[in-house]
Amino acid sequence: MSEPIHLLPDETFVLNVGPQHPATHGVLRIKMRMHGEYVAEAETVLGYIHRMHEKMGELKTYPQFLMNLSRMDYLGALAYCHGHVLVVEKASGIQVPERAEYIRVITVELNRIASHLFGVGSFVMDLGGFSPLMYMLQDREYILDMLEAVTGARLTYCYYRFGGLYNDIDDTFIARARAFIPRCRESLKKYHRLITENIIFRKRLEGNVYLSSEMCRKYGATGGVARASGINFDVRKNEPYSVYPEFNFEVPVFTEGDSMARYKVKMAEIEQSLRIIEQGLDKLPDGPIMPEKAPKIIKPPAGDYYQAVETSKGSFGIRLVSDGSKNPYRLKLRSPSYSNVSLFDEACVGSMIMDAMAFFGSLDLVVPEIDR
Amino acid sequence: MIGYFQEIFTGLWSLFVGMSISFKEFFSPVVTVEYPYETVTMAPRFRGHIDLVPDENGATKCVLCMACERACPSGCITIEGEKKEGEKKKTLTLYQLDFTRCSLCGCCVEACNFEAIDFSKEYNLASTRKEDFYFDLLKRLQEKRQ
Amino acid sequence: MNFSLTLFNVVVAVIIIVAFVAMNAAYLVWAERRGAGRIQRRPGPNINGPFGLFQPPLDGLKLMAKQLLVPGGADKVLFAAAPVLAMFPAITSFVTIPFSDTLVAHNINVGLLCVFAFAALGSMSILFAGWSSHNKYAMMAAVRAISQSVAYEIPMLITVITVVMISGSLDLREIVRQQSGNIFHWNIFPLLGNSHNLLMPFSFLIFFICSLAETNRAPFDLSEEESVLVAGYHIEYGSMGFGLFFMGEYANIVVGTSLATLLFLGGWACPFGLFPGVWWFLIKVYALIATIIWIRWTFPRSTIYSLLNLSWKILIPLSLVNLLLTAGLLKVF
Repeated sequence: MSEPIHLLPDETFVLNVGPQHPATHGVLRIKMRMHGEYVAEAETVLGYIHRMHEKMGELKTYPQFLMNLSRMDYLGALAYCHGHVLVVEKASGIQVPERAEYIRVITVELNRIASHLFGVGSFVMDLGGFSPLMYMLQDREYILDMLEAVTGARLTYCYYRFGGLYNDIDDTFIARARAFIPRCRESLKKYHRLITENIIFRKRLEGNVYLSSEMCRKYGATGGVARASGINFDVRKNEPYSVYPEFNFEVPVFTEGDSMARYKVKMAEIEQSLRIIEQGLDKLPDGPIMPEKAPKIIKPPAGDYYQAVETSKGSFGIRLVSDGSKNPYRLKLRSPSYSNVSLFDEACVGSMIMDAMAFFGSLDLVVPEIDR
Repeated sequence: MIGYFQEIFTGLWSLFVGMSISFKEFFSPVVTVEYPYETVTMAPRFRGHIDLVPDENGATKCVLCMACERACPSGCITIEGEKKEGEKKKTLTLYQLDFTRCSLCGCCVEACNFEAIDFSKEYNLASTRKEDFYFDLLKRLQEKRQ
Repeated sequence: MNFSLTLFNVVVAVIIIVAFVAMNAAYLVWAERRGAGRIQRRPGPNINGPFGLFQPPLDGLKLMAKQLLVPGGADKVLFAAAPVLAMFPAITSFVTIPFSDTLVAHNINVGLLCVFAFAALGSMSILFAGWSSHNKYAMMAAVRAISQSVAYEIPMLITVITVVMISGSLDLREIVRQQSGNIFHWNIFPLLGNSHNLLMPFSFLIFFICSLAETNRAPFDLSEEESVLVAGYHIEYGSMGFGLFFMGEYANIVVGTSLATLLFLGGWACPFGLFPGVWWFLIKVYALIATIIWIRWTFPRSTIYSLLNLSWKILIPLSLVNLLLTAGLLKVF
């Protein structure tokens, strides 16, 4: 028999949250030193699902690496694939037909909505509200069905190719996407009434773990986390890529820096993505989806290339160092969740464990993307 | 003091609004597809594991160019052939797919210039044994022909 | 002769009560899962039997088939006692709760007091479970449950006093008798009947919120918060130990809603003044339980400090004001 625990009033104990814990959404471990219900110190322990994607990038040829990108962030995979094809196209100087680029943007934005819906839904589930997640999954299911019909997969897409797309979208997809926009706007109203205005939700999130803009800059946080702390940075606006400059959309920025702001940024981004999809479907040009002279073997000239894209989690950067061979010399993947999770250790100190976990949920992390 | 009561009132009101939403959802139709009893039809472009495509005679179109084997990122395709007497080309004797490693990317299908392989629509793939996922695709093709 | 008859009565009453509580607990789990399913637009359990009605007994069988594990370093006596203690207060409370004018196991004239005395034991089972499990999550859950229980018992009792002041009795049967007649004679509706207290609906609301918190139901189920405390106080329990906690939670809900029905909703009185009887009592109780299930599947969980704020800053002052005004109104009318 072990001795009963005697705690002095200011004594702390270590609480091991994870790697298997309902709130960590995957295999992430947080070592917390607790002072009663208050977090005195926290340390996130990563690496439980590290799969060496960067090394795989060096060992595989360019087309063979295409499918790895969707294994990073399986919720918003298309944006990551987009970054990869963009950097290789930039390196080898492949011209992408305009129609292909439009379809890319439409599918990326649909995928972003799906990712945000799941992110917000699982965040609300962390707070104990289960039904909103199920309502959001219904809308997400609609998007996934739509994307499955054109890409052939529900989460781990392998849709983009160097120079264009795997296959073209059809009229059914366009009709379903058009039908989705009013449907999603309608359900967004419902979510605002059910969640945003709810007193319990507001009481929990307003003022929950304040993140200053300095702190976001210090840790390199991007995406919704940074935009909720007043940093107006969106790669789609600040370093325009693809055909985003032709679209009319806003970047939602909140200055409160609390979990409520992080939640609101996501909800506002869904609305903006709907606008982009609407415009994209209106402007969608006719034409081929692959360039006429698409190179069979990709061999970018030696050099150093970088491309950042805005994914649903933040800014995803991909650096490609080529030595002119069939394989990249180095492929660095800068994943946004890694930066976003690293500020958790410092930010959650002094808050209660419930608030710390709510804050953790508001960061919208996907663990395989942190570990890559 | 007014703010105190206002907060109680608006708070209670927001709770009633939330309850009205879930009340409405309670009487909405169920959207679940009860999987083993009902199934959805797979999309035409659904990417299952690969399968050999038969020609008019039900034989394989594969000419053993090995393009799919080279294209595969995970090296899960094994192709063997032999040259029979009196024939110009090699004939396929083994086309094995190691589905434990396949990530359903479709690189092999794209690499094939002879339309000899295509995606199957199978998704009920579960087993307790690893060996069940080493598919002999040529055998499957022959079984299909019979 | 007389003694054996009394013994017979006692045994029958105990069997009926235990069966009632256990069946309620089992089938409320089913009702909750079905209700939650429909709110989330899925069918809920529907495979085993018609409408999935065989699900609770099968779940029970599965739980009984499991091995009962005692974690190392656990206080064995308390660990075993805690699940029993979770069911015990609910069952004993039903001894004094009248289902109708005649259907009561043993009526005593301080029945209300008796129910509250037993209900206070409920939080002890959580404390025992949390303390004896030798688990940090369970311990934190137990501490939360106790502070919650302390905070919410006060406004609950103060609100009940207003009812007692109006009816002038602690006898539950007497309280219901005074509300007999149609819907406007019930305590929740002021002006007619015996309650001239305009604040009665308000008392009912406070009582209802407090009974949610007392029974650890959402949005106040902090002691079993799965996203932080994994499963809370019953994290180390498997087998029927867990099953008893689970059933105890529903049994306590039945006690809480029964009390709300007796005190505010006229007990077994019919809304139209016709055919009063035990069925009306049950209809009212299950309507309240349906509301509780509905609330659980709509709202997120509250936090421990906003929960305590709600009690100490809102419910206790308001219930005290309510008590004073009720006393004043009783003097005036």
